[in-house]
Amino acid sequence: MTATEPTKATTGVPFTLNGQALEAELGELLIDAAERNGVHIPRFCYHSRMTPVGMCRMCLVEVDSGRGPGLQPSCMVPVSPDMKVDTESEATVKAQDGVLELLLINHPLDCPVCDKGGECPLQDNAYAFGPGESRFVEEKRHYEKPIPISDLVKLDRERCILCDRCTRFADEVAGDPLIHFMGRGADTEVNTFPDHPFSSYFAGNTVQICPVGALTASPYRFKARPWDLEESESTSVVDSTGARVINQSSRNRLVRTLGVDSDAVNWSWLSDKERFAYEVADSTDRVLEPLIADGGPLKPARWATAARRFALALGAGSGKVGVIGGARMPLEGQYAWAKLLKGVAGVDSIDAQLGDGLPADFVLGSPRSTISGAVAPGSVVVLIGADPKEELPTLFLRLRHAATNGHISLVELSAKATSLSPYAAARLHAQPGTAGQVAAALAGDETDRAVGGVQSGEFAKAHELLRNGKPVTIIVGRSNLAEHQLVVTDAVAQLRGLVPEATVLPALRRGNINGALEMGLTPGFLPGGQPIGSEIPGWTTGPTATGLDTEGILRAAVDGGITTLVLLGADPLADFPDRDLVTKAFDAVDEVVAVDCFLTDSTQRASVVLPAAMFGEVDGSFLNLEGRVSPLRAQVTPPGQARADWMIAVEVAEALGVELGFDTVGAVQDEITASVASFNKVNFAEVNTAPDGVMANLTRSWAPEAPAPTMVPPVDNYGLRLLVDRKLWDQGTLVAKSSSVAHLATDALLHLNRTELERIGANPGDTVSVETAHTVAEVVVALDASLPRGVGRVPFRLPGFDPGTLIDAADTVANIRVTAGK
Amino acid sequence: MPTNAYISHAPGYVDNEGPKIVTSRFPFDDSYTIERSLATGGYDGLKAALDRGPAEVAGVVKDAVLLGRGGAGFPAGIKWGFMPPVWPRYLVVNGDESEPGTYKDRLLMERDPHQLIEGCMITCYALGLNQCFLYARGEMPLAHERLAQALNDAYAAGYVGKNIMGTDVSIDIVLHWGAGAYIVGEETALIESLEGNRGMPRLKPPFFPAAKGLYMKPTIVNNVETLANVPWLMNNGAAAYKQYGSEKSPGTRMLAISGHVKRPGVYEVEQGVVTFRDLLYGENYAQGIRDDNGLKAFVPGGGSAPWFFEDQLDVPLEGSAAGPEGSMLGSGAIMVMDDTTDAVKAALRLVRFYARESCGKCTPCREGTAWEEKVLQRILDGHGRPNDIDLLLSIGDNISPGPYPVASHPEAGLTAVPFPPKQTTICPLGPSSVAPITSAIRRFRDEFEAKIPSAPQAADNLDISTTPAVGEHH
Repeated sequence: MTATEPTKATTGVPFTLNGQALEAELGELLIDAAERNGVHIPRFCYHSRMTPVGMCRMCLVEVDSGRGPGLQPSCMVPVSPDMKVDTESEATVKAQDGVLELLLINHPLDCPVCDKGGECPLQDNAYAFGPGESRFVEEKRHYEKPIPISDLVKLDRERCILCDRCTRFADEVAGDPLIHFMGRGADTEVNTFPDHPFSSYFAGNTVQICPVGALTASPYRFKARPWDLEESESTSVVDSTGARVINQSSRNRLVRTLGVDSDAVNWSWLSDKERFAYEVADSTDRVLEPLIADGGPLKPARWATAARRFALALGAGSGKVGVIGGARMPLEGQYAWAKLLKGVAGVDSIDAQLGDGLPADFVLGSPRSTISGAVAPGSVVVLIGADPKEELPTLFLRLRHAATNGHISLVELSAKATSLSPYAAARLHAQPGTAGQVAAALAGDETDRAVGGVQSGEFAKAHELLRNGKPVTIIVGRSNLAEHQLVVTDAVAQLRGLVPEATVLPALRRGNINGALEMGLTPGFLPGGQPIGSEIPGWTTGPTATGLDTEGILRAAVDGGITTLVLLGADPLADFPDRDLVTKAFDAVDEVVAVDCFLTDSTQRASVVLPAAMFGEVDGSFLNLEGRVSPLRAQVTPPGQARADWMIAVEVAEALGVELGFDTVGAVQDEITASVASFNKVNFAEVNTAPDGVMANLTRSWAPEAPAPTMVPPVDNYGLRLLVDRKLWDQGTLVAKSSSVAHLATDALLHLNRTELERIGANPGDTVSVETAHTVAEVVVALDASLPRGVGRVPFRLPGFDPGTLIDAADTVANIRVTAGK
Repeated sequence: MPTNAYISHAPGYVDNEGPKIVTSRFPFDDSYTIERSLATGGYDGLKAALDRGPAEVAGVVKDAVLLGRGGAGFPAGIKWGFMPPVWPRYLVVNGDESEPGTYKDRLLMERDPHQLIEGCMITCYALGLNQCFLYARGEMPLAHERLAQALNDAYAAGYVGKNIMGTDVSIDIVLHWGAGAYIVGEETALIESLEGNRGMPRLKPPFFPAAKGLYMKPTIVNNVETLANVPWLMNNGAAAYKQYGSEKSPGTRMLAISGHVKRPGVYEVEQGVVTFRDLLYGENYAQGIRDDNGLKAFVPGGGSAPWFFEDQLDVPLEGSAAGPEGSMLGSGAIMVMDDTTDAVKAALRLVRFYARESCGKCTPCREGTAWEEKVLQRILDGHGRPNDIDLLLSIGDNISPGPYPVASHPEAGLTAVPFPPKQTTICPLGPSSVAPITSAIRRFRDEFEAKIPSAPQAADNLDISTTPAVGEHH
């Protein structure tokens, strides 16, 4: 069931193209029908993922629809029956020649110093269709060049040919209409409005679709020439959407990431985080060689010594080992580590999630949807969780497209308004902790309910939408780190009770988290979503009892039940939501050992750090939130002595005197196909060539148990319920260690709506006191109109204030009391 | 507040002899008040329409062959029939009159706003719709002021709004003030502007307003003068209307004569009966060229129209007669140039207008009009190059392709200006800039050549590198 079948004309529209009788699809644009039949019509403004505007006039061709031949923009004209098209006629050639001469009269001929030179559609079309010489002798148009229109994008208006691609993208695709045409005639220019920069998470896409060198991205400017670049198609590991990308390198350094038009996933779009995260490879915090600390600071050591120390730690803590992390690894590394830890060492206290995700049995066992399935016209999408724009931005673009084009009816069950709220059919903004209760009410017969602070009109709309028989997809993520994960799964269970055939798209945030769960890096499961105790071909042993999740591991560490912490590319000290618990756990354990690409708060506490290679440096595969397997390709060599994760597992196994049974990435893949039930039909050779990847089979023989209904008492009159969510630009490793985007993380503030601000008597910018049952802290307040009453929101992992100090992982929700400063 | 200082910029209405269909109230000083309107039969047409069925009302307009007065001259009754049976649907009144030389709609809005409102109401009723948008040009504050007052009065008197004149018909009119863009006079750009977007034309097809107009709903866009005819039609019927004018073009038209004539102004003229010669020289009309100079050329239908010369003086004033002669009656603006006029300067003045007003959407218009202006300016500045005439024609050919009299293609001949023009652009603004150039060159090529130095080095020595860059001016 792949979406890779070539599109075929189902209802043929006969037409003639350059004398050849052909068929177009019903409603197909002439420019697309010609392209599909091997005739390329030059274009600048046309982009297949945006509404045609017919602006640049480059695609004019001579069309005869029965009333005599005339020039028509092929990007605006659907093929009609018996249309006669001539793309090579004298009139067509003359029009192309004329448009190109006119485009070039004001375009500077600075190709030798232009980043676009060598990959420039204007250059290419000028060579192929242009007049060769200009008759324009006047002074060209001049502007200050270039001007920054955002933190990452610069605009050279002299080079701009006003094709409306960037402006259309900003308005139509991203929904951030912050750049627009200004002025008239030849003085028309693209610009931002005064004091309103193009601060879009998706600004980098405008650089990619600019048909000239007018828009350039600061991180890439003057770094390379297109003909020097080497490239490979890969997958973004920045989040679990798994956007398809091309990684480009020059002189063995990653210099640029481009989006690939994958029909199933990202439609060529990327968020700026996905686009510029490659810079993290050059971070000064990279671990380039094995490190060992002997009572003092970490010092370089030989690989064999470090691997032996690592193995010793695994053995020494026998029965008392807890493993955290693994979501950043490729599938092959995840499998190798699962085999080493579960299949060899018998450890089951392994968790790739850091208390910030969803229960593994829920993710593994819920019937899975696809992105295209979720947004199929006529569907209902229920969004339970965080703002997808902040967490899974490319998924957000697909959802936004579907919602704005009327393909889906969106029901939003979240703690606050999200970026999709303007397009939602029903907005249920439930108090933290009450999502399960709201869902239970939706499943009931009453159409008019006041529950969880949800407005009754919106409730009635959602109540009706879920009963209209349309297919339902539930997109579910962890909206609130201060709310227990079972609230979310309870809500899903209630809705699936109402619509049993509803499918689920888990909107977990970490890159290859779905791969980690699938490979068994979670307590209670072996690879392929099989419960422990199951037979895994090629494995001789395995854990006998269900282990602990991250929260359990940390509690056991505090109590002495766990003495060794193994970190697989995880930074729990910064990422685990309950700051107090994780700090105590790190203080209590005997030893911490780590595999990581970077020195982080957590790995600096380790006695051994093994240097791992990262994306762009190793071959492997990725499993996205749909269960789609796509390739990760090595484009540059790993720096220093860093190695692929699966190699490190083999090395540590050898130090333990065990052979894992593979010595190439291909051999790991062969074993995954053979041993992991869900991958039995996954051919990794095909993964590398299929444009949309290959789907793993995520159907299970078991179903997750519905949690007990979650009930929380309403917050009292003096308190607020805490909402801790995520921002795209935070201090997570990928952002904080990428030089161009690190500064985009803004300060953590306590966001309140106007009523709450007035109630406590504070103004935005004031410092207030926040109190929980355990702690008191000071934080600056800000106004956030998207919040309902009774909610205080602090985004996680931003500089200035750590909301983790307010969270107790044992509680279902966190209540805070806010008082204005002295 | 808008001031009346704008009134006197253009010559006003001339109350000449002849039938008056839309300007009958103009001689009154208080013609724009509801009192004067009601005292002179105002809203009788609406009452007459409400007494009949909508289809019958539309039938009257169709039978009368009421030609659109905006420029294209398409019969309004037939246009109304293009609307698919889809609701909501809208009537949009195009009061964004900005074609160079044209100022008749402005007078209609300033001097008799109630007649227009009545025409809108009758049309809405005939089309079975209840929302009308009246888009008035931004630079016409007096029109706006009087339309607003008239609308308020008409609402208060029950001629507009809920249950008009005691019937169960409810129709609203929204007055919208443009922000000043020539291109918004183009109906699809007007619709974009009305929607709150930048005024840029949409491609037709697929965006024919009658099918996909305002908010992608069926929309009829009619000119102010067209709708101003409707009340009279309701009161007097199609047969009475057809007594005036010619068979193909019944009724009267408002024609704005400007330029080198003794009595410029707006005249209500019987279509197809009066000729250009009558209009330019007749005692009842413009009374001849200033200082009794000779006639050099005249623009017959707004700045976009190819020029006419003495040869066309006897062409009758109707679209169907002007077309075969290679131009149009367009917006009814006749601009007269006497024999003291510099043809190159006249062409430049018109081209500069189009270059400034290009919306910037289509490459050929955006870049081409600015280039034409630069070349014409260069010729006037004495920096012309020998091949500049061919260059001008060739640029025009890239905006509006056709067999122009390019010297390299003598076989195309001098009269082969194609009309209506073909275009590489979405709307006719770009081709409009080509009309004055080809008109001037085909008739007065010698004037261009006289301005171009015979020694080619004059142009080659032009040191363009000393021209200051835009950013260096301040």
